[in-house]
Amino acid sequence: MTCDRCKKRPATVHVTKIINGQKTEMHLCEECARQTGQLEFFSVPQFSFHNVLQGLFDPESATVGLPSGTISTPTRKCRTCGIDFSDFRRTGFLGCSNCYSEFQGRLEPVIRRIHGSTRHVGKVPARTGGALKVRKEIEDLRRQLEAAIAREEYEKAAQLRDKIKALQGKLDDRP
Amino acid sequence: MMTLRDIIERTLSDWMKGTGPQSDVVLSSRIRVARNLSGVPFPHVASDRDLKKVLDDVLQAVRGSRDTQDFEILLLSDIPVLDRQVLVEKHLVSPQHITETKHRAVALSRDETVSIMVNEEDHIRIQTLFSGLQLEEAWQRASKVDDALEARLDYAFDETIGYLTACPTNVGTGMRASVMVHLPALAATGQVGRVLATISHVGVAVRGLYGEGTESSGNIYQLSNQVTLGRSEEDIIENLKGITRQVIEQENSARNFLLRERRKSLEDRVWRAYGILANARLMTSEEALKLISDVKLGVDTGIITVVGTRMLNELMVLTRPAYVQKLMGGELDPEERDTQRAALIRDRIKSVKEGK
Repeated sequence: MTCDRCKKRPATVHVTKIINGQKTEMHLCEECARQTGQLEFFSVPQFSFHNVLQGLFDPESATVGLPSGTISTPTRKCRTCGIDFSDFRRTGFLGCSNCYSEFQGRLEPVIRRIHGSTRHVGKVPARTGGALKVRKEIEDLRRQLEAAIAREEYEKAAQLRDKIKALQGKLDDRP
Repeated sequence: MMTLRDIIERTLSDWMKGTGPQSDVVLSSRIRVARNLSGVPFPHVASDRDLKKVLDDVLQAVRGSRDTQDFEILLLSDIPVLDRQVLVEKHLVSPQHITETKHRAVALSRDETVSIMVNEEDHIRIQTLFSGLQLEEAWQRASKVDDALEARLDYAFDETIGYLTACPTNVGTGMRASVMVHLPALAATGQVGRVLATISHVGVAVRGLYGEGTESSGNIYQLSNQVTLGRSEEDIIENLKGITRQVIEQENSARNFLLRERRKSLEDRVWRAYGILANARLMTSEEALKLISDVKLGVDTGIITVVGTRMLNELMVLTRPAYVQKLMGGELDPEERDTQRAALIRDRIKSVKEGK
């Protein structure tokens, strides 16, 4: 069998496609298969977080996609690094830390889809975090306090209450 | 004169000793945290000047802090290609980190437990690598280094969504916790696909030997957390640890099954692999990994005692393509490489046997 395309070399790549129930067959030589992009079927697609991420806000994709109206929004650039939201859509990368606030409205649904949350509950940097670190600690202690009360562990609850008070005092002393 | 042994000894990382808990199944535990400098473009769009500034600032912070001042700093543009590949093979930097070299660097602790990548996907990536299942220990160490750097650098951090990263898949804690597991018995009993498919439904990602986008070889898989936002570091680690424990249990029960029901064929497989490793004259890196995996299964099930876990962990790294060439002092063509690799393995096995 010779190649359907160049009609010269022997066909070594046999492609069967079924699209909407329509079956087509192609017999190509390796050279033509590569040129027409058919060989790409045989290499394992690069599967990474970024590819998946791109799928999350690909405007062409019917299954997910962003709330209607966002696509026609005129593209504004980040004032710090100069990338626009379509750059992010294409690459899966933001340009700088300020992009998070510049594109906040459009990023939030993306972040929610990836993580199922939009609220950080972990470590807070000691210096940059400042008062926030203390506030998060208080929040954490309050949760423990509620749990202690629910379990009727009043002695523990009293200790937690004192700790919260002390931290609150620290917060009020701050300039 | 420095012998080959000296070079090997000197270039081994701490985690390869295989002394950590559960190290019959868990080769290593790794924590990686992503950090960025506030208001500076991320490496993939940063100008040369920005990149250089980040590099200078981070390295100054590394040198200036008591916790990191004795770290060895390697500028990727200053070291040979082979050395960069060796860093990947030893799991000290990600494969992505060596694709660009200008203004890229890594700082390594003396025992190679901690590596700080500068200007990778994010400005800073702190990685800690521990032997066996020691995720908490790895996190504590990473967090300490993180604190040391944060005292001197302005991190990009947001009250609501946490540490800001180049890719929003890392935002929040910026932490990826992972374990490298060796699952030969689950593979031999045809269950590995089922087990790994199950755990991917509970927030754990499964990857190959060198992380994202790599294939599994030698029955080694990397398990890591999917989500970095909305859960604390401790929660994420607890979850991964719990799932890893279940995987260990499954692997162990598959090992017991093999020992009980398929003992002869298991013994045969282990000793054949040992025989080939001890005698072959040509060895590809893929074949080496596969055979090392078989012998390791033999060691961990008590079938074979002439070699130990540590040597096998070492061989797993020493037999990788760049490492073999590095040990032989320069680039080799593939056949020469396979010859040298086979010789290296024979030599290591012989020296261990004679040592006994």
